[in-house]
Formats: sequence, structure tokens, C-alpha cells
Amino acid sequence: MPLLHHRLIRAVALSMLTAAGGLVACGAPDAVNVYSARQEALIKPLLDQFTEETGIAINLVTGDGDALLARLRNEGDNSPADLFLTSDAGKLYRAQADALLQPVTSPTLQSVAPAHLRSDENYWYGLSVRARVLVYAPDRVDPAALSDYASLADPMWRGRICVRSSGNIYNQSLVAGMLANDGDDATATWLQGFVANFARPPQGGDRDQIKAVAAGQCDVALVNSYYLGGMLQSDDAGEREAAQQVTLFWPNQAGRGAHINISGAGVTRAASKPEEARQLIEFMLREESQRWYAEVNNEYPVREDVEPSALLQSWGPFRADELNVSELGRLNAEAVKAMDRAGWR
Amino acid sequence: MAVNHAASHRGEAVNTAAWLWRLAMVSSAAVVAVPVVVIVASLLGPYSAAWRHLFDTVLLDYVVNSLLLMLGVGVGTALLGVSTAWLTAHCEFPGRRLFSWALLLPMAMPAYIIAYTYTGLLDFAGPVQSSLRAGFDWQHGDYWFPEIRSLGGAICMLSLVLYPYVYLLARVAFMDQSAALGEASRSLGSSASQTFFRVTLPMARPAIAAGVSLALMETLADYGTVAYFGVSAFTTGIFRTWYGLGELQTAAQLAACLLLFVIALFALERRSRARLRFHRLGTRRTARRIRLRGWRAITAVAGSLLVLSAGFLLPAAQLTGWAAQHYQDIFTAAFVALLGNSFLLAALASLCCLLLALLLGYGKRAHPGRLEAVTTRVASMGYAVPGTVIAVGVMIPFAWADNTLDHWLQQNVGLSPGLLVSGTLGALVFAYVVRFLAVSLQSVEAGLTRIRPDIDEAARSLGHTPLGVLRRIHLPMLRGSLLTALLLVFVDVLKELPTTLILRPFNFNTLAVRAHELASDERLAEAALPALAIVLIGLIPVILLTRNMSKAAADP
Repeated sequence: MPLLHHRLIRAVALSMLTAAGGLVACGAPDAVNVYSARQEALIKPLLDQFTEETGIAINLVTGDGDALLARLRNEGDNSPADLFLTSDAGKLYRAQADALLQPVTSPTLQSVAPAHLRSDENYWYGLSVRARVLVYAPDRVDPAALSDYASLADPMWRGRICVRSSGNIYNQSLVAGMLANDGDDATATWLQGFVANFARPPQGGDRDQIKAVAAGQCDVALVNSYYLGGMLQSDDAGEREAAQQVTLFWPNQAGRGAHINISGAGVTRAASKPEEARQLIEFMLREESQRWYAEVNNEYPVREDVEPSALLQSWGPFRADELNVSELGRLNAEAVKAMDRAGWR
Repeated sequence: MAVNHAASHRGEAVNTAAWLWRLAMVSSAAVVAVPVVVIVASLLGPYSAAWRHLFDTVLLDYVVNSLLLMLGVGVGTALLGVSTAWLTAHCEFPGRRLFSWALLLPMAMPAYIIAYTYTGLLDFAGPVQSSLRAGFDWQHGDYWFPEIRSLGGAICMLSLVLYPYVYLLARVAFMDQSAALGEASRSLGSSASQTFFRVTLPMARPAIAAGVSLALMETLADYGTVAYFGVSAFTTGIFRTWYGLGELQTAAQLAACLLLFVIALFALERRSRARLRFHRLGTRRTARRIRLRGWRAITAVAGSLLVLSAGFLLPAAQLTGWAAQHYQDIFTAAFVALLGNSFLLAALASLCCLLLALLLGYGKRAHPGRLEAVTTRVASMGYAVPGTVIAVGVMIPFAWADNTLDHWLQQNVGLSPGLLVSGTLGALVFAYVVRFLAVSLQSVEAGLTRIRPDIDEAARSLGHTPLGVLRRIHLPMLRGSLLTALLLVFVDVLKELPTTLILRPFNFNTLAVRAHELASDERLAEAALPALAIVLIGLIPVILLTRNMSKAAADP
């Protein structure tokens, strides 16, 4: 008994001391503070290189885009964040709409970032492009039967399509893109037909859809291309094998182009180091950074003068939708509602 | 005269101590209750048009699926937990000592991780179904196989990792039951099974109810599993409303509805046993274990082994297989930092939770007033709220206080310290306390209800202060429950993800954060190493606890 008692007292003292110490926030002073919805492994090496070159330290915290957005909003003008980095355009649009970002311009930024991949008032800039594509089983599907997303609502695909839940942001932005291009009614009709063609209730992630096509549970799946790339380069033999059994198809090539989203960044309104944060965006848009940043996750560079990786080149060039990606953010909620109504769970 | 004077003096001192205790109790409970109150306050409005849309389309689905999920997990955890607890507490069979601690292991498995491993094994493209198809030359649609990514699958996954809550609390209760009770029942002509259902089980009801309610609260807060399985549960709805529709206010209102539901449910359960008293009677002599032989022993071993394999061995083996491909990552400084951070957070938070649970649980016992009961109850509701939502509840008051203080200092002193508490470890540990207080409180209260109040009264009448009663009488008697409380929170914090993710300071990673980042990118093989590390660190307190419990059992 006395033993437990002493231990308890010691533990209390220790925890109080540590708590007092812990109240001081971690992180280097005088650094650029980054809130990132893109994972650490996909940005940290680049940030380290920036620090090495410029001597400007970087503090990083990663998390869900909307949760970080809530943190930014609540912290208000005292927020330590200088740069907000996301893995889709919708979050940047929301940050801009909530007045959490400030516009930044520079000749470099204006010249290298394509206009449809940044906000029209320069609040944020796209850093990499992610495409939503079709994969199919070449032994069961004639590629001539494939054309665009719209044709996936055709009854010929009944029970043959795999896709993940509509809770996924890339499904939401695909539908938002359709709302922007085709309007409400056409999108609602398409959703009805598309949902009726599902081979199974939506579940799992994009890699699971690719595996399901390879295993024969469905014939066509809607996925982001970098997942296919990740599987082809996987350490797991089963994943590589599954990925090799499917073929990538670029949809909408005769029409407005394949649906794309971006990862991107914007300087926060509360930034105490806006100048350095802008430098960081410029650094990430440099040719070498673009190459690394896109390749590490099998994405496409935003800069048209930077070639994608060899693997991506093997999938051929493609035509991308040139709708301004901020439209995806503006129509995201409408897209979710349309999917709810169509019963895409 | 002098004697009288001294006595009244002592009386005053005792009163002051009691008053101070009450003050500390109510004020700390109130502080911990703030985030929950912030969430519930969202119900005051305004109500957006998103509600109309939810009513018209998906809300019914969310509610029905979550109720079914709760029902399934409730039944599942009670069956698994009570049967294994009874077996290891009251029976003797080969391997019992091993099972008695090993059955806790599934607790260290994050539910979404076990979901990933079973999906890899059992889904259409997995090895089991693939070899079936190869062996029988079947095609898609030729045969029936249970769908792992379904509501039923989610119930199985959650039951497998959550039953240890019931097991742990029920086992402590079973072991604490006096031998005299069972013997009395048997001598009055009841069979062993009648004794179990009429005496042993009802006596352990508070502990079982506590365990099941923890499992249910965790179920309602789970997001990872249901999202991966494509089950439209209430949590999926909360996040869909927040992330998809961009309606944080409506999402908070949904979370508040969930909370009110949980409060009502537990109030009902407590009311149904309000008139019952569950104190330990007679001597502390525990019953001699029933020695199982023959097929009974085989069934006991096979049953325990099945539960252990399904909840731990099988997924752990899969994780180890994956992790082996990336074992070299262990030797990096970054990985050591992950270990250290996770351990530090879990240790800090579990200690804070324990201290607070003692303060509240004991205070409620000494002063069973309405104010105490309500504040304690509200303070422990955080467990039923998804971590990200509770994080927002923590963030709002902290950021407000920080900003207000900063503003005041700027106006009056000319200093601008910025945000003092937001974004620090202190805020994060506070959030854990908000989220996991229920766990330690349930454990401490379950322990306290088994101590008869007349012991307190006897001690008090002999002149002990309430603090003295706690230190000299309750702490030694509560040892098992306190260790349980520590262990449960420790492991919970190790696994905790959403709160850590959003509230952590800059450059501060934990094992769960790393596992999540990789898993969310569907890189399961790479996520296996940090996930396995969570399980291994979780083992440390499990082993310590079992050692202490068996030592306690060996003490006269």
C-alpha cells in the first residue's frame, strides 16, 4: 500500500512538471509555420530542402483539411500558421471564402502557375495535379465501349462498376465538376443511372476498387491515377500483380477532358511571415521541386514545362478539364446533396 | 472542556476539508465539461438548410445503422467479455494464467487497423476467396461468402477489439466476489449455472454495464471502421455534413443529438439498477476455482484461443508480415521520437485522468449531491463524441481565452504573447482528459461501489478525514480498479488519432498519426510497423497490470 502511495505522489509531481513544460509549444521560433492536409511524407523532404537552401526553418503540423481549417478559424488573427497546404481545391476555396487567406502575387507565381489551377484573385496556387480516371479489365472490356464518365450510366454497365463511397472528396469533386459543366438536371439523371450500375455497395479505398477489378468482382472502376501508380510500385507482390491486370483509360478525351483536382497552398491572413511563406510557394513551383513533389505521389506537375515521371508518361498524354478548380469547391456541398439524393452512400 | 474544544476544532477541520474537496471536484468537473457543453450549445441554433436535406435523404439511415451497430457490439462485447472473464476468474483449465492477461491484448489493436487486416484477408480479392475460386473453379457470383465490409463486419471488428473493456471490469468484479456467496447459493441447491445466472452475474452487473457502456460509447465515436466499410453510421454522417457539406454547425448539432441520446440511454440503465446495492459482502476470500476436465477443459481452451486469435493473433501476424518488409524503419531517429512522444502523451493523460477520476468518483461518494452528480456525468460524456468533434469543442474555448487574454494584454500592458495554450501539449492532454475521463471514472466508480459505505462511516467515526479514508482504506482496496483505469486510458491514448491530429503542436508526431497517414493513403504494408508498435507499447501496461493483479490476488 505505501508503495503505491509513494508511486502515486511521484507520478503526480512528474506529470505536473511535464505538463508545465509541455505548455510551451514545440517548434522553432522565427520559422514559417505550415498547416498541411497533405501528408508529412509527401512534403517534408521538400520543406527540409527549402530550409537548407534559405536558412528559413519550417514548423509543420498535418491533419484533415477541414479540421485544420477549423483550427485556423478559431485561432483567428493570432494563429501561428503562415501557410495552409491542402490536397484538394475545395479546402482552399473554403479557406478563401472564410477570409482566412491573403492574396499574394509575384512575377514568378503569375508566370508558372496555370490560370485554371489557381484562385482568380491569387489567394492560392495549385502545386500538383491529380486525375480521376477509369481502370478496366482488358479481358472483359472492349476499350472502344469506354468513352466518358457520362457513358458509365448506360445500362450496359449494370452490375459492373466499382467505386468508393461518396464521402470521398475526389468523388465529390468529380460530381461538382459535372454540376459546373452539365448543370443540375443532367447530373442528377447521370447519378441515377451510374448508381444503378454499381457491382457492390461502395466501400474501401481506391486501391480496393483496382483489386476488385483485377479479381473479377467488377469490370470498370473509377479511381485517382496515383493509386494505380502506387500499386505498380508497391513492395507488396499481390498489389503489383493486381495493378498489372488492369488498364488505365483516360475519360472525356473527345469532350472537355478528364476530371482533375489539385493539391495547393495559400498564405494565411494571420501570417506573421507572409514574405517567407510566398518564397516557399515559389520554391515548390520551381522545376526541380515540381518534379519531386509530383513524382513522390505519382501526380502530375502543375507546370506545363515540367515532364511527368516515366511511369506517368507511359500512360500517355491526356487532355484535362480546364474548368477553374475553385468551381469544385464552390459546388462541393451541392454535389454531396445530389449524391445523397441518388443513394450513392 | 479542553477535550470538547479539541473535538469541535477537529470537526471544523473536517468540514473545511470536505468543503474544499467539493469545490475542487465541482470546479474541475465543470472545466472538463466545457467542450461537451460547447458542442451541446450548438443546439441553440441557428439551424441551417442542411437539416432539411438530411431529413429528406440520409438521416434515417444513419440512425438505424448506428442503432444496429450498437445493438450488435453491445451483445458481442457482453458475450465475449463476460464468458472469458468468468472462465479465467472462476475456472481452472490449461493455459488459464496465460489467457487471463493475453485476452486483454486485442484492446491494443486500433479498430480500423484490424478492419484493414481482415479486409485484406477476407474480401473478394483476398487470399481466402481467391483460393476458394481457384480450388473450385468458381467465378464472381458463383458462390456466397459473407461480405466483410458490411454492417455485420463492422460489428465483428468492433466487438473483437472492444470486448476487453467488459472482460477487464467483469473479471475484477468476479474475482472480488466473496466465495461465501457462491457457496451459499450452491448449498441452497442451485446448480453451477444457476449460481452463475442468479448470483455471480447479477452481482457483477455494475461492472459489466460499465464495460459495455464504454464499448458502446467507443462504437458511437468510431469513424475509421465504418467509413472504410462504407457503413452509413451516425459518425459518417457527422463527418459528411462537416467535410462534405461544409456545415460545421450542423455537424456539431448532430454530435449533440448523439450525446443526448447516450446520456438518456445511460440514465435509463442507471435507473434500472438504482435500487440495487452491490457491495462486497463478507470476507475477501475468493472462491476456489472450478477445475475443468475433459471436453469442458478443451472447450474452455478452444474458446479462449478462438477469441484471442480472432482479436489479436491473426491480425498481429498479418501486421508482422507487412512490418517485416519495413523493419529497417525502426532504427531511425524519427521512429524513436514517435515512440517517445506516444509514450509520453499516454502516460501523462492516463495519470491526469486517474487523478481526476479519483477526485470525482470519491467526491460523489462522499457527497452524493445533485450538483456533483450532474457535473461528473457531463464531464464524462466526451467519450461518446468522435475525437475530431471533441477537438473542436476544446479548440473553441481555448482559442477564445487565448485571444481574449492577448487582446487584454495588448490594451493594458502593451504585450502581445499570442496564443498561450492553443496548440500546446497542455491543450492536447486536456483534450484527452475530456475524451477519456469516462474510462477511468467508470473503472474507479465500479471499484468504489463494491466498498461498503459503512466502512467509510466507521473510519470517519474514528476520526479520519475524508482524505485519510481515501488513503488508508480505499486506495488499497481499489488497487485493481486504479490500475485498470490507468491501463485503459493509456492504451486508448496510444491508439487515439483524430484529437491528436488536430490539436498537436508543430513537429509533434505519434505512432497513431504515422500509422494513420500511411493507412489513409492505402499504404497498409508501411502502416503496419507503427501500428504494431502501438500494440507492443500497449503490452507494457497490460503486463504490469496483470502482474499487480495476480500479486493482489495472492495477498491474504
